[in-house]
Amino acid sequence: MNDFAVETLDIVRTFKDGDVRALDGVTLRVPRGEVFGLLGPNGSGKTTMIRILSTILTPSSGSATVNGIDVELDPQRVRQSIGLAGQFATVDENLTGFENLRMVGRLNHLEKALASSRSRELLGEFGLADAANRSAKTYSGGMRRRLDLAAALVADPPILFLDEPTTGLDPQSRQDLWAIIEGLTQRGVTVLLTTQYLEEADRLARQLVVLDHGHIIAEGTSQELKARLGTTVLELRLTSTQDAAAARELLASLSATFSNIEGTVLELTVNDGPAVAAEALRRLDGASLEVAGLALREPSLDDVFLSLTGHRAEAGSAAEPARRSRSQKEPA
Amino acid sequence: MSRPTSPRWAVSDTLVMAQRDLLAIVRTPVTFVFLLVQPIMFVLLFRYVFGGSISVKGPYVNYLIPGILVQTTIFGAIGTAIGLAEDLQRGLIERFKALPMARMAVLAGRTVSDLVRNVVVLIVISLVGFSVGFRPHGSPLHYVAACLLMLFFAYCISWGFAFVGLVAPNSETAQAMTFPIIFPITFASAIFVQIQKMPSWLQPFARNQPVTQAALAVRGLMNGTPIGGAAWLSILWAIGLVVVLAPLATRAYRRVD
Repeated sequence: MNDFAVETLDIVRTFKDGDVRALDGVTLRVPRGEVFGLLGPNGSGKTTMIRILSTILTPSSGSATVNGIDVELDPQRVRQSIGLAGQFATVDENLTGFENLRMVGRLNHLEKALASSRSRELLGEFGLADAANRSAKTYSGGMRRRLDLAAALVADPPILFLDEPTTGLDPQSRQDLWAIIEGLTQRGVTVLLTTQYLEEADRLARQLVVLDHGHIIAEGTSQELKARLGTTVLELRLTSTQDAAAARELLASLSATFSNIEGTVLELTVNDGPAVAAEALRRLDGASLEVAGLALREPSLDDVFLSLTGHRAEAGSAAEPARRSRSQKEPA
Repeated sequence: MSRPTSPRWAVSDTLVMAQRDLLAIVRTPVTFVFLLVQPIMFVLLFRYVFGGSISVKGPYVNYLIPGILVQTTIFGAIGTAIGLAEDLQRGLIERFKALPMARMAVLAGRTVSDLVRNVVVLIVISLVGFSVGFRPHGSPLHYVAACLLMLFFAYCISWGFAFVGLVAPNSETAQAMTFPIIFPITFASAIFVQIQKMPSWLQPFARNQPVTQAALAVRGLMNGTPIGGAAWLSILWAIGLVVVLAPLATRAYRRVD
């Protein structure tokens, strides 16, 4: 057994007879007992990676081990080591919450009594005890996600894959789920999490990899990445494009990176927002350039992408085919 | 812990999956009721609307009901296709694929639950048959044998419909895809009418296809008339079909992603 919960070497996965490269040489090392984040927009290859690691897809080339076990050589033993919770919250709507968990427990080959007691325990822990005997059809979005997560935990796997666990949830449900995920590492579970939200990755993951079109474009701890990216975006609106160009000259020497220049708007990624903002205003005022608007905000995934790749995160790009476009054929 | 692929787990996983599918039926009884409406309509339609115009040896109702029973058990396989297509659509197959369960349990569980459903359907439609005047002359033992034959036959065919459910893009299409298969094999057969009265070009197909053999065997057993080799032929057909269709469905299951 090696030191990593998940290790991949140069994973490539193509679809549509090689026309689409969803993953193009991705090497990952996920240390045990941590939350590890895969950050990227739709179509960056996150979900494809999770599906390869959970043995649903096979890689076109490259290799991967989960819990020290090769995903292609012994997929059944990999499945005994993992729990998977997906962005589409795959619970059986016809069953109650309890029946859903017991079924997954039984299919993980827990004895009947253990499957039932684990199910009750998790329902209680995730605030679903009152809804345990209600059909999952009646659950809210947040309850479904919690049930889905509980199903992934029934068999106490050492490694958990969470594919965009909070996408589409309201803020309160998101907070609830974050608290649960944070609690998981205290049990020693390794979590590999994909997300489109910088905020989520920053809050939950110690180490991050940023994916774009199947490539890793940045990696490190969230502190390292934030230091690289700046923690605040300063947005300045001027009254004309000439003014904006002049302002850019004036502000070039500030400790900031220009993340975007569009028409009359300048965006700067900075570490010390208020101080840089004050200095910028002083300089612009000194040059008699009129400032039409100013804002300081948290960087978004879009900002991360702009500063890392020079292009915006293209939501819904074609790199990752729709999950169940079943015309494509997996190589046999 | 024993190996996840051991036969013991294959049986246990199949039962867990079958139980899940049956729970779904119990939870939505309306669906099951409507499943019964169709064969009951067929009974009434052929008994009271078309029946007068169809002449067979003896009362038509005794000819009709065994046929309708065969048709109904085969129609049950449409549920196999729809159920699997729905699981696929909802992402449940994805979850199952990431579990250390026996690979064939998803399909085996579904076909087993449909078998159980067919048992209930057979009982209900038999009772409906008796109430519209069906008076079989065979022994009760022969009646039970005929039911077992139908269940086995329909079970084997349901593997073909499992394949349909797995290759269909969604459950609506899965349902539509079953019609061009299920209508010819049930209507161009000895289920409702005698084959001698069909056009000559249709007769070779109608006479030699598996559903006709099953219908002849079931009708003969229930009515206590000679069946020749029909029972054995339909069993052989069923075995032949499942030997081809089960690997086909299993392969399709492995390939879906």
